[in-house]
Amino acid sequence: MKLPYYPGCTLKKNAKNFEKAAMAAAKHLGIELVELPRWNCCGAVSSLTSDDVMHHVAAIRNLVRVQQMNDDGILDNEYRLVVLCSMCFNVLKRSNILATSNASMLNTINSFMDTEPDYEGTVEVKHFLEILRDEIGFDTIKSKVINPLKGLKVSAYYGCTLLRPREVGIDDPEAPTIMERLIEALGAEPVDNPYKSLCCGSYHTVGSNKEVVARRTYKIVEGARRNGADVIITSCPLCAFNLDNRQALTEKLYPGFKRMPILYFTQLMALAFGYESEAGFDGNFVDPIPLLEEKGLIGMKVQK
Amino acid sequence: MSYYHIEEEENELLAKVEEISGEIVTLCEQCGICTTSCPMADEMDFTPAGIMHAVKIGDKAVLDSKAIWICASCFTCTVRCPRGIDLAKVTEALRQIHLRKNKDHINLEEVKEEELEEDLPPIAIVSALRKFTG
Amino acid sequence: MTRIGVYVCHCGGNISDTVDVEEVAQFASHLPDVVVVRSISHMCSESGQKAIIDDVREYKLDRVVVAACSPQFQGSTFEKALVKAGLNPSMVEMANIREQSAWPHYETPEEATEKAKVLTAMAVERIRRTKPVEREAIKIGKNVLVIGGGIAGIQASLDLANAGFNVFLVEEKPSIGGHMAQLSRTFPTEDCASCILSPKMADVADHPNIHLLTYTEILDISGSVGNFKVRLKQKPRYVDPSKCTACGECEKVCPVSVPDEFNLGMTKRKAIYLPSPTAVPHAHVIDENACLGIVPLRCGLCEQACEANAINYDDTPKYINLDIDTIIVATGFEIFDASKKPQYGYGRFQNVITALELERLIVEAAEGHFIRPIGKDIAFIQCVGSRDKQVGNLYCSRICCMYATKLASLLKRADPSRDVYIFYTDLRAYGKGFEEYYRRAQELGVKFIRGRPGELQEDPETKKVIVRVEDTLTRKIIEKKFDLVVLSVGLVPSKGTLKIAEMLKLPRSSDGFLKEAHPKFRPVDTPVEGVFVAGTAQGPKDIPDTVAQASAAAARAMAIMNKGELELSPIKAIVYEEKCDGCGECIEACPVDAIKLNGKARINAAICKGCGACISSCPRDAIDLKIFSNDEIMAEIEAAVKNKKEGEHRILIFADDMCTYTLADGVGTSKMKYPSDTFIIRVPSSSRITPKMMIKAFELGADAIFLGECEEAVSPYPGTLNVIKENVEKAREILKQAGISPERIQYDTFVTVMFPKFVKIANKLHEIAESEEISKEKRMRLREIEVVR
Repeated sequence: MKLPYYPGCTLKKNAKNFEKAAMAAAKHLGIELVELPRWNCCGAVSSLTSDDVMHHVAAIRNLVRVQQMNDDGILDNEYRLVVLCSMCFNVLKRSNILATSNASMLNTINSFMDTEPDYEGTVEVKHFLEILRDEIGFDTIKSKVINPLKGLKVSAYYGCTLLRPREVGIDDPEAPTIMERLIEALGAEPVDNPYKSLCCGSYHTVGSNKEVVARRTYKIVEGARRNGADVIITSCPLCAFNLDNRQALTEKLYPGFKRMPILYFTQLMALAFGYESEAGFDGNFVDPIPLLEEKGLIGMKVQK
Repeated sequence: MSYYHIEEEENELLAKVEEISGEIVTLCEQCGICTTSCPMADEMDFTPAGIMHAVKIGDKAVLDSKAIWICASCFTCTVRCPRGIDLAKVTEALRQIHLRKNKDHINLEEVKEEELEEDLPPIAIVSALRKFTG
Repeated sequence: MTRIGVYVCHCGGNISDTVDVEEVAQFASHLPDVVVVRSISHMCSESGQKAIIDDVREYKLDRVVVAACSPQFQGSTFEKALVKAGLNPSMVEMANIREQSAWPHYETPEEATEKAKVLTAMAVERIRRTKPVEREAIKIGKNVLVIGGGIAGIQASLDLANAGFNVFLVEEKPSIGGHMAQLSRTFPTEDCASCILSPKMADVADHPNIHLLTYTEILDISGSVGNFKVRLKQKPRYVDPSKCTACGECEKVCPVSVPDEFNLGMTKRKAIYLPSPTAVPHAHVIDENACLGIVPLRCGLCEQACEANAINYDDTPKYINLDIDTIIVATGFEIFDASKKPQYGYGRFQNVITALELERLIVEAAEGHFIRPIGKDIAFIQCVGSRDKQVGNLYCSRICCMYATKLASLLKRADPSRDVYIFYTDLRAYGKGFEEYYRRAQELGVKFIRGRPGELQEDPETKKVIVRVEDTLTRKIIEKKFDLVVLSVGLVPSKGTLKIAEMLKLPRSSDGFLKEAHPKFRPVDTPVEGVFVAGTAQGPKDIPDTVAQASAAAARAMAIMNKGELELSPIKAIVYEEKCDGCGECIEACPVDAIKLNGKARINAAICKGCGACISSCPRDAIDLKIFSNDEIMAEIEAAVKNKKEGEHRILIFADDMCTYTLADGVGTSKMKYPSDTFIIRVPSSSRITPKMMIKAFELGADAIFLGECEEAVSPYPGTLNVIKENVEKAREILKQAGISPERIQYDTFVTVMFPKFVKIANKLHEIAESEEISKEKRMRLREIEVVR
C-alpha cells in the first residue's frame, strides 16, 4: 500500500524519532509512506473564525500536493493523506471539511493560489491510527508482532486534537478505544486514565504560563500512574513535549513527583515489530530505556 | 455592591462576537457544563459559562479577562455543550477582537531569548504565535 | 346546463370599505351560467343563509358562489346552508375576497376590487366543474385493540370496557402495569404507586369486556378503520394462570438464577418466576431462554414442587387472529441509556445509578431488602439524556425535575442526617401541586444548586463520586464527594413504540415520539384514521396527564364506534378505470399505501388522505381527486390568468389547506401588504399540482408559480415534499426548453406563523415577473412541448 504522507514541521526537528519509528512500523505492515513534495507548515492550529479564509490556504496547499502526486503518476488514484502529528491532522482535516462544504471559500483559495492547480476537494485526511484500524486491522497487526510487549502497562493519552471536535475526531471523544486496541495488539496491557483526553496545555508551554502546563502534566501522569501505568503513549509532538520535557518543571512544583517515560505510539510499534534501533529512544526526554530494560523489552529479537 | 448598567451600545459586543464566531451566543442556557469540562477552568477569572453570559449582556470586562487567553482551544466545551454551541469559536472571537486591532498577547522578542534553549518544538512556537498574535 | 347564484358579502364593512362590492356583483352577473347575483351585508347571518335557500328554491339553482371571507372561516356554514336547501354540500365555493383582497390590499381599493372580481370569476369557473360527491360512510363495530398494558393502556381499556365496548388489551410482558408498577411513590402526593395501580390492574383482569392477552406479541396489523386484521402470537407461559396460586415453591427448587428485569438487573430471579409482587395475571411464568431446557426436558424440578399442578411443559405458542375496529397505541417509554454519556461513569463507577434504579432500591428497602447502601451524601444530576444536542435528544423529558425532588424528599425524610443535592439547569415544577411540593422539599433541606457537571470522577480509594460543578448563581466552581450519584435520566420512545409505528405507518415527531394529528386540537388522534395514541408513546408526561390522555383516546375511539359508522372526508383520490391500464406507478407514489393493484388500481378510501400525490405519477391521466379535481383546478387557473390587461402580471400561489392557505389568511388578517397580482389557489396538498398543469398555466398567461406546503414536522401528509420537488424540477426543465427562466416556478414549506416569509416570497415572485415579460412566442412554444403528466 502506497500512501501520501504529511510530516509537518516538528517531525523533522524535535520529533524525528516519531517519524523514524513510524516508517519502520509502516514498512513492516506493508505500507509505504511517500512524503509530500514541497509541503509547507500547516499552521499548527485551525482557524476558528467564520470569516477567515487566509489561514486555510496553507493547509489546502498541502492537499493540492496529493492531487499533484496522483497527476504525476507517483500515486495511483490514492487520495488518502496520512498524518502522524495529531495537530497537523486536525488542521488539515478541518480545512478540508470547510473547503469541501463551502464552494465560495474554495473558489477564493483557488483563485488566490493562482500558481497552484485548483484544489478539487478529492483528498481524505486520515490519521495513521485510522489506517491501522480500518485498512490493516488490529488482528493483522497482532499477527505481525515479533516481540509482544508482555508485562508493559501502557496508558494511552489522546490529547485534544485527535478526538475533537466530533466531525474531525477519529473516535468517540468521551470513550475512545482506538489506542487501547493498538496497545493490546502489540501484546502490552492498556490501563485506563481518567485524564486521557484532558488537554495538556498546548501552546501555553511558550511564554509566561508554563506552570499551567506543568499542572496538567502532573494530573495526567498521576492519573496514569494511579492505574498502574509504566509509560504513557501519545500521538502529538506538542503533547509529548508538554508531558515529557515539562516533567522537569512539574518536579519543581510537586516535590516527590516521579518521572514517567512518554513515548510515541509508533515507538512502541517499532519495538514490538523488532526494529528497536529505529525506535529512537534517545530522543525522549525522560529516558525510557531503564524501564524497558527492567521489563525485558530491550535487546529482543530483531527484524532483518 | 456595584451594579452593571446595561447600555444600548453593549449590544455591539454581542453582535461582533456572533459575527466573527458564526455562533449564536443567546442560545446559551447557562447550564455550566462547559465550565466543569474545561481543563483550564481553575486558572480562569471568568468561567467559560461566565464568558458566554458576559458577551450576552455586553459586559466588556470579559475582553480584559485572563480567561480568554488561558483557553487552550481544546474543544472539550464544544463537544459537551447541550445546546450545540461551539464555545471554542466564541472565545476565539473575543481574542480576535484584540488581535485584529494589532494588540498582540505575546511578545516575540521575549520568546526568542529564554525558550529556544529549552529546545521548544516548532509546533509550540507556531501555535503560540498563531493564537496570541494578529 | 347549470344555474349558479353568486352572493357578494359586505361583511359589515370589512369587505365593502375597500372593495366595491356592487361593482363585483355587476361583474359577476355577466359570468357564464350565473342567474342570480346579490350583494348582502352579512352572508353568514340567518338572513344571508336564508337568501341562498330561498334562491335555490325560486331560481332552481344547483350551484352557489359566496364571495366573502375565507372558506376556513365560514366554509362549513354555507355547506350546511346548502344541505338545508337540499343540495349536495360540495356545490358551494367561496371566493376569499376578504382575507385575500379587502384586507391585504386595503391601501389600494381599485386593485382590491379588480382582484375580487378575478377571485369571483375563479370561484364561478371552478364550481361549474365541481361534481356532487356523495359522502362515503364505512361500518364500524365495537372491537378495540389496546396495545400496551401500562397505566395508559389500563385506563383506556377500563373506560372502553365500562362503556360496553369489546377490548383486547395486548401486553408483551408477562404482566401488565408498565413502569408505574416499578415506582416507589408518585409526585406530588407521594401516593404509593403500586397501591393505587393494583386495584386498576385487578379490575382489568376481572372485567367481562376486557380480553387480557399478556406475554403476547403483535405479528402484523393490516387493513383500515372498521376493518383492521390483527395477528398475534401469545408466548407459552408453561404455567396455567388459572391454576397457579403463586405460592413460590417452584422458585425455591429452580437451579437457574438470572438478573431480574423488574429490578433492573440489581437482583436475581429464577428461570421460573413471578414477574413482580403485584403482577397481573398473578401467576408464575417460565423464561424459556433461562430455563435449562423444556423440550427436551432437562430438569423438571418445578413441576415436581408444584402442588397445584399448574406447570405444563407442553404449552405451545398460540396464534390469534382478531377483527378490530379501532386501535389505541399505549406502548409507553424506556429510560435513556445512561451509558451513552460515558462522562458520567454509569456502568464504570459503582456509586452512579439511575433514578429508576433508586426507585427500586427504595421500594425493596421498604420491604426490608437492602440491595445496596444508599449512603448519606447523595447527588441528583438533572437532564441526563434530555435537552442535550450531543445525544440527539433536544426535548425536555418533563418529569425528571419532579421525580428527583420526590426521590430527594423521600431520602431526606427517611434519614434527615443525609445531605441531598439536586444539580439542575431549570427547575420545572409546572403542574398542579408541583410548586408547593418543590417548596416542601426545600423545607426538608434538599439543596438545589444551579449547575450541570461536565463529567464525574471517582475517588480510587473510597469509590465516592466526585462532582465538580459551576454554581452558576455564584460563578464559583464547587466540588464535593458523594456516596451516591443519581442520574435523572430522561424518557425515550420504547422499542415497542418504534415497532408499532412502523407497522401502522404512524409518523413520529422530531423528538422521536408518535406524532399527533394536530398538536392543539387533535392531541390523541394519529394521522391514521381509527388509530389513537395515549400516554408516553406520544411524549414524556406524568401519570395524571397519561390517565387524562388515555380517557381522551378512549372517548375518541368511542365517538367513532358509537355511531356504528364513520363518514369519510370527501376529498379522496379516484381511479377512472376506463383509462387505467394497471401499470402500478400510482402505488409507489402513494405515501400512505392506500392503493392496491387488482387488475386496475383500487383506492382504499379509508386510508387515502386526499393529498393527490398520485396524480402526477399516472401516465394515463387515470387518477384524480374527487374534489379539487384536475378540471376544477385548471378552471381556476385559467380564470386567474387569462383576461389580464397590458402590463399586468399574474402570480399563482398554490396553497396547501393546512398551512400555506391558513398562513395567507393570517397575513391578510394582520393587514400585511403584498402585491395584488398574487392569486392564491387552495389545494389539499401542493403535490396534486402536476407539471402539466404548471406548464398550462404559463401557456395561458401565468408569470410565476409558487407551491406552498406544510413543513414535514407538521404535515398531515407524509412524503408529499418529494413529489412536489420532482414535479417542480420537471416543469422547470420544460420552461428552460421554451426559453423561459426556470426560477419562475418555486416551492417552499411553511408553518402557519411565518407571515414575513410569505410576504417576502410574494414580493420576490412579483419582482421576477416584473423583471421580464414572457413573450407570446415563448408561451406558444410551450404548447409544442409534450408534457406527459
